[in-house]
Order: sequence, then C-alpha cells, then structure tokens
Amino acid sequence: MNLIYEESHAGHRCTRFAKIAAPAYQLPEKFRRQSGTNLPEVSEVELVRHYTEYSKQTFGVDSGFYPLGSCTMKYNPKVNEETAALEGFTDIHPLQPESTVQGALHVMHTLRTDLCELTGMDEMGLTPAAGAHGEFTGLCLIKAYHEHRGDTRRKKIIIPDSAHGTNPASAHMNGFEVVSIPSKDGVVDLDALAAALDDTTAGLMLTNPNTLGLYDSGILEITEKVHQAGGLCYYDGANLNAIMGISRPGDMGFDCVHLNLHKTFSTPHGGGGPGAGAIGCKAFLAQYLPEPVVAEKDGVYTLTRPEHSIGKVRGFWGSFNVMVRALTYLSVLGAEGAKKTSENAVLNANYLMHLLKDVYQPAYDRTCMHEFVLSLEKLKEESGVSAMDVAKRMIDYEMHPPTMYFPMIVHEALMFEPTETESRATLDHAGEVLHEIYDEAVNHDLDLSKAPYMSEYSRPDEVTAARHPILKYEHH
Amino acid sequence: MDYIVNTDQEQQEMLAALGLSSLEDLYKDVPEGAKLKRKLNLPEGVSEFEAYDALKSLALQDKVYPVIFRGAGCYRHRIPAAVRAITSLPGFVTAYTPYQAEISQGILAGMFEFQTMIADLTGMDVANASVYDGCEAAAEAMIMCLDPRHMRMLVSAAINPEVLKVLKTYAHSQGAELVMIPVRDGVTDLAALNDLLDDATACVYSENPNYYGNLEDVRALAAAAHAKNVKVITGVNPTTLALARTPGECGSDIAVGDGQSLGLDLNFGGPTTGFMATRTALMRKLPGRIVGQTADRNGSRCFVLTLQAREQHIRREKASSSICSNQALCAFRNTVYLAALGKEGFREMSEQCLTLAHLAAAKITALLGYSLAYPQQEFFLEFAVKTPVPVSRINEVLDAHGILGGLELAEKEMLVCVTEANSEAQIETLVNLLKEVQA
Amino acid sequence: MKIDESCFYTKTHEWVKWIDGKTCLVGLSDYAQAALGDIVFVSISEGACTKGEVLGDVESVKAVSDIYSPVTGTIAEVNQKALDDPASVNTDPYGTWLCRVENVTDKEELLDAKAYEPLTKE
Repeated sequence: MNLIYEESHAGHRCTRFAKIAAPAYQLPEKFRRQSGTNLPEVSEVELVRHYTEYSKQTFGVDSGFYPLGSCTMKYNPKVNEETAALEGFTDIHPLQPESTVQGALHVMHTLRTDLCELTGMDEMGLTPAAGAHGEFTGLCLIKAYHEHRGDTRRKKIIIPDSAHGTNPASAHMNGFEVVSIPSKDGVVDLDALAAALDDTTAGLMLTNPNTLGLYDSGILEITEKVHQAGGLCYYDGANLNAIMGISRPGDMGFDCVHLNLHKTFSTPHGGGGPGAGAIGCKAFLAQYLPEPVVAEKDGVYTLTRPEHSIGKVRGFWGSFNVMVRALTYLSVLGAEGAKKTSENAVLNANYLMHLLKDVYQPAYDRTCMHEFVLSLEKLKEESGVSAMDVAKRMIDYEMHPPTMYFPMIVHEALMFEPTETESRATLDHAGEVLHEIYDEAVNHDLDLSKAPYMSEYSRPDEVTAARHPILKYEHH
Repeated sequence: MDYIVNTDQEQQEMLAALGLSSLEDLYKDVPEGAKLKRKLNLPEGVSEFEAYDALKSLALQDKVYPVIFRGAGCYRHRIPAAVRAITSLPGFVTAYTPYQAEISQGILAGMFEFQTMIADLTGMDVANASVYDGCEAAAEAMIMCLDPRHMRMLVSAAINPEVLKVLKTYAHSQGAELVMIPVRDGVTDLAALNDLLDDATACVYSENPNYYGNLEDVRALAAAAHAKNVKVITGVNPTTLALARTPGECGSDIAVGDGQSLGLDLNFGGPTTGFMATRTALMRKLPGRIVGQTADRNGSRCFVLTLQAREQHIRREKASSSICSNQALCAFRNTVYLAALGKEGFREMSEQCLTLAHLAAAKITALLGYSLAYPQQEFFLEFAVKTPVPVSRINEVLDAHGILGGLELAEKEMLVCVTEANSEAQIETLVNLLKEVQA
Repeated sequence: MKIDESCFYTKTHEWVKWIDGKTCLVGLSDYAQAALGDIVFVSISEGACTKGEVLGDVESVKAVSDIYSPVTGTIAEVNQKALDDPASVNTDPYGTWLCRVENVTDKEELLDAKAYEPLTKE
C-alpha cells in the first residue's frame, strides 16, 4: 500500500480554482515562505483510487462484529449522516447573529433537555469535544465549587483502581492529587473508601456500571459517604448504554456527569474522532459550567455565559454536527426505545458471556451490564497463549478484537461489549469462533503468537516504532 | 423505533438460556433508591423519516448566507467534491481508534500523511495526529512548556479571543500565570515583550497572522524569547502557509492551529481539528495520538500508534494530558483536502485569499470614510477597517442582500475576511452596497 | 536471572557500583529489564537526587516504570548510550549504567548480591 507521496507525479492536478483577474499580490520578502511545500501532486482519479484502497484497509462497524469493550461500537444509523449534512446546519457560521441560527440553537437546547432527563441532571453544557475533555471539564467544576466556597484544603480526588486512565489524568490536569482505592469483588471497597475520605477530599470520580461491566449496588452508600465528607461525586458516563431509562446518575447521587455522544448516542467514531462530550450537572453547579450554555426564553434561544463560568474549554459552541446526529438518534429512539436499547445491550453481553464461560474465565462470574471482562490468565499458564494472541486470531475470522489488557486490575484481560445492535446469530457465531480459537490454543494446532495469518499485515513491530520513531514521510 | 435487531421471541429465548424470565431480572443489582420508577420524560420515538423531517424544518430556520465576508476563526472555503466522497466511505466513518493496526492501516496511513503534511506546512520536524481544536492545541502547547520552576506564560493581546479564553481556563487548572503582552499598531509589542520576559517565564504565545489579519515579525519575537530561554508557540492559519513564512522558518518551538479551513464545512463552529507540530527535541512531550512507521513480522512496511507511553492510558495521573482521542475523521478530511489541492492548488488557493483580500481592502478604503485600522501592517486573508457609519448599520444592509459582513470589532471598526470562495463580482457588490449605506 | 557480584542492589531492583566512597554508577538489574520487556526510552533527571525518590523513568511499549534513586547526591553524568540505544539496557543491564552520582551523602539499605538473589525469585 503506497502513501499518497509515492503516487505523486510532478504536474498532476486534481483541483483548480476559478481564475481571477486581479494580479497576484506579492508578500514582502520578510514575511514570505522561503521554501515551497512538499504537498503531493495527484489527479482526481489517482486521489480517489488511493484513498479507496485505504478504505479497504479499514475495519469499521459497517464491516463486521466490533465488540470493543468500553467503546460502545453500536451501529451508526445513516439517517444521522443525512441530517448532519443539511445545509442549514453545515453552512452556518458560529459568529452569525443569533436570530439567524435559531434552528441550530433549538437543536442544541433540545439535546440538552433530553440529556438532562436521561441522566437526572438539571443543566447540560455541550461544549467538550470528547469524553476525556468532558472529564477535565467536570473536574474544573468541582475545583471551581470548592474555590468559590473558599475551601482550599480540598486537593484530593478519589478514583478506583479499575478506572480508565483519563480519570486520573484529568484530575492531575486540574492540580488534584489522585488517591487510588482498591476494588473488592469488582466494586468499590466501602471500607477503603471510608478510610480515604477526609476534609481534604474534593470529590470522587466513578463509573457505574464500572469498567468491569458491573453495577455497584453500594452506589447510594458511596455517594452519601462522599457527600458527608464534603466532597462532590463525578460520574464518568462512558457506560451509560447499560442503564438508560433504568437508573440515572442524578438519582444515584452524582453531582456532575459527562456523556460520550459517540458511544451511547450512536454518532460514528470516525477512526478516533470527532466525538462530543456533554457535561451535565445539578443546579448548584450550573453557574460554573463552561460557556456557552444554550438557554430558551419565550421561544427564543440564546447562548449564555453562566455567572461564575470556568471559562471556555474549546473554541466556539461545541461539536455541533455531532450533536445533530445525537439528537436525530434520540428522536428515533424516544423514551421507550432508549430503555429497550439498554436492556438489550445488557442482554446481549450476558448472553455472549454465557456462551464463553465454559472455556474462558469471566473475571467476575455474576450478571454483567453491557460489557464483561474475561481473564485469560489460566489459558496463558497452561498453553502459553496470551489474551493478545486470542484477540489477534479473531481477525482471521473477520471480527474486530475486543479491548485488550484493560482494566489493569485483571490479568490477561479481554473486555467484550457487543451492544444492542448485534443479532443473536452474530453472537452465536462469535461464541463458536472463540471456542475454535480456544481449541487451537490448547491443542497447539497453530502458533497463535503469529496471528493474524489471513490479513495483509501481521504483528507490527511496536518496539522499533517507539525506539526509533519515524513520524512522517521523508522526501528524497 | 429503535435499532435493536433481536425480536421479542429471540430475546425471550436468550433470557431462557440465561435462566432468566424477563429483562428486568438483569438489573437485580440496581438498588431500589437508584431505580427510575417512571417512564423517561422524552417524546415518543418516531420513524427515521419523521426524525429527518423534524430536523430539516429546524435547519430551514437557519439562514445560509450566499456570501460571507466574516472569518475570525471559522472560514468558508471551497471544498472539492472528491473530498466529501472519500471521507464518507464507511470504513473511515465507522471505525474506532486504530489500536488493532492490522485492520486499520487505512486510518493509520491517513494519519501518517496528516502528520507529514502538517510538519511540512508549518516547517517543523514532527506533528501529532491532531487534538480537539486550535484553542486546545494552544493550551496543550502551553502545558508542554510549563514546569514547576516556570509557571508563567506571556500571551499576545492580538490573538483570537476564543483562544485566549481557553488558555485562561487551562492556565487556571494548571496553576499557571497568564500575562498579556500589549498590542502596538495592530501587532504584538516586541519592546513590551522584552520587558516582560523573566526567569519564571516558560513560553510565549502569539499568532501569525494575528486576530486582525496582520502578519507579525515572529523571527524577531522568537529571537527575543530564546535569548531568555523562553519557548515560542506560534498559532497559525494553515491556509496562509503556502506563502507566509512558516513557524519553523521563524524559529518557533511549537506551531499550533485549527484545521477547520482545510476542507471542513463551517458546521456552526464544530467539530474541527487542532494541530500541533514541534522540533525533534520536544517530540516526546507532544500530547495525543501519534502514528509511526514500522514493519510487520513479514517485513512489510506498515503504520502503528506509537510513543503511547506518554499517554493517559499508561501514565494515568502522570500523563501530561488526559487527551484520549483525536479528531481522526476531521484530520483525515484535512489530509484528503490537502492532497486534492496538491502543491499547486494549495498555493493557488492561498494566493487568491491574499490577492482578493488586498483587492477588497483597496476598493473599500477608496470609499470616503473607510480606512485600514493598521495601514503600516501587512495582512493576509483578513483586515481591520474603520468605517464612517456603525458596523451594525452596515451589516443590516448587507444582511438584506444575503451577505454576512465583517465582524464588529468596535462600533465603527470591522474585521473583513476574504477567501478564494469570494469572487471579484462579490467584492464589487460589497463595495457598491457600502457606498449605498453612506448615502 | 543474572546477578553481578560486584554490585549492590535496592529492593526496587536498581544496582549500584561504587567508584569511590562518594561516587557511584546506577543501573537496572537483569530482573528489572526482564520485567519491563523491550525498553524503548530512558529518561533521567538532572541535578540533585534523593534516596528513595524518583530519579527518572523507563518506558516500554505498553508501560512506564519509575527508577528510584538508591542514593542521595548529585547526578554528574547521564549515560548517553542508554539514552540513544535503550535496547542496551535489555541486552547488557550491568554494563549499561544510567547515571553517575557524585557527592553521595546518604543511601538506601543496599543488598549485596547474595542478599538480593531471593528477590529475583518472586
């Protein structure tokens, strides 16, 4: 597979602009670029063929089963692409007068209202660009809350050891000290939590269901304890797909939440972005939300700046065309559809786990939520085949591997999240495939450390890539 | 409606296989106090057609201006049809982060091309695979430069106000001090900068062109900053880089900017791409995803996410940034746009932006009462113009003719933007209308 | 698991070779490099170091580990070879020193080769 530079030929052109009559303006030498760019030169047909080849080398949800745990790779409905492409949404400038973008502001406000209802929050900011960005923003809110009260002693954020790395990183970015607490039987150890709480606790960051796919039934006690100690509770909404219409973070006792529109709300992942991370909060924190927040009065929508806003976390008003997709999705789902979505996400995950547990070990053998974790430690000890090897072999069966080696508290972990948009037939097939791979592993039919065998590429050398980084094409 | 595939019958059979009788049984771990005991207060679900119609009627309420002369961080450019066609291909849209390199070479190679193009445009050694937007890129660049003994950042007052607001939020989180460098004659005041540089200063941030469209002497700024061991971060508008002196050529340490103008629609301001490029010496401090070239076990050249040990999923609280994703599809679109324009097309587009902006400025300032706010400065793409009547009045008239006029900077000062999407005829119309407003 | 007889060791698997009473070299033991896997990057601080505190870190593809200083003193020199060729820490852990520390005023409880050996059996 060539890079575009390797298909470049001097003089080839794809795009030409309309001719203008005015003679070209010359910048004075002191402001002028000294050497030309090295952008490629290809014709339109060469361009299209090149990237069409790239698209063939890319596995998406549209290609096959994609049970990547913690990412919610649900099907991306195509009607969302049509609404996002409407000219009245794509061709409006953020600095147009508000009276000329009431439709767009209406979209934002409706989404805000729907997301508040889903999460049990009172206000929702839509500016963060991603989940991790939402987490960073949520911690800014907690910091602002304590600072505003003049309580400068509260420097600690409590985070369970099963948390996603973005949690402690976001806390650290806000100058907090991270206190990690161990899990017990897969959920928060209440005694460890109580021991960690004191008057220097700013708050707790938690995901429920957590990264092991377990709903923590002690959740009400957890949030109450934190509140009693004077801290706030932040909810990582990455796993909301498990509980829509069934349990809401606001009712669990959380004060602020972030949501991943590209997970729960079906907006496409695009190869790693763009997503959008809404940030919701209870009324007492709304004054700190980043600007702008969309408000409505007498049918007119405006962008407002909360009274003690933490400022801005990104330019302009948010990932608007991601919001359009999310709202389209929610409109189609409605109240009943949202609940059924979660119920089936959980059903599918439990069903798949059930199919696999005769040969693979679930990290916790109990009802899971929308995802579950297997530990392949025993398989590794007995056959030398690792979780990575099993995952890579799935590629030969045209399935995307699950998440590997996360969360870190489970050894040789594989995390599966099938989502509600997979059929039973697909799950049955996945079960069969994983049984076949298990047999290959224990019978040593095949050297799985070299899998995949059927794809064009196999086991890229990550060590050399990190030791001697080559991060761009060098022209010769 | 919903997107669930299994029928009620199939669901029942699956429940039976689990030894359960209803979907509710799956939620026995949820305590009563955390259960929602009523229906969600959301409208009932509808068919995709009804959803589309509802969104369409909202979209129709928005005014799409046939002609736009406003920039200030978001720019209308012409986008080749091939760009949209390519970036809509389902593999690119529906994939996740390329953690499994074997089945994501298309995305990884695309990102590698992006990194190459950004490094090329900015004249730097290396670039990452994008961050959230230009404002966040500036903030991340600041974080790259801060250390416990250097917690002060100098920021030019001539930068985009959106960027400034974001820098302030991130600086506050980090406990860093932000000090403004005043503007003089529409550019960063270098004499004032010199006075402000001190031992606690980590870096200085300025833009080129700046918010007023003026080109700055970044070489002189960088020399002054480096003399005091202060790092230089330069925010750039990528469409100017075909012709304008690059941050690399000026001696900057880190170049940042926003990729909206590289083939993305206006989209009401988002999503967009943030790009970051730097010198080899600072490579390992770059946040976010980075793609590297390697070989697979058969010796085939391929690409892989690399330098991951910097990132949050490994370093956790010791990571310099919590950023987890990149703006992959936006960055990919930037890549395809730049490839579609190619070396000559990119230069042609850039030259038209420069030429047409100067043409418009000359014609506007030929009118009575109009003058450039900063006549001594060179400008690119945007320029600030003093007006004889309030900008609000001018824009009202323009609006009635389907033109989004320049941004109001002050009661009688307007920031005008001209790109290759504006024709000479449109500029004529604009000038004629400005004549009418005076009358 | 190789153990160099001429070195002293910390419980966190760093080794120390004394040049004289106040100067030493610091490196990572064979056990440490095996546990880390393929090392891709080494980073060592400058200036003063304190026993038991972080001296730098070492990265493999999927992990990063702190290096703890066995002594209190001043880092006089960092081994450029370890920085340029991190693989040498894997292939020759006792020959590839990471830094030289001078003006040593304090040290952790250091184990000799015999006392260290049981720790490599974990």
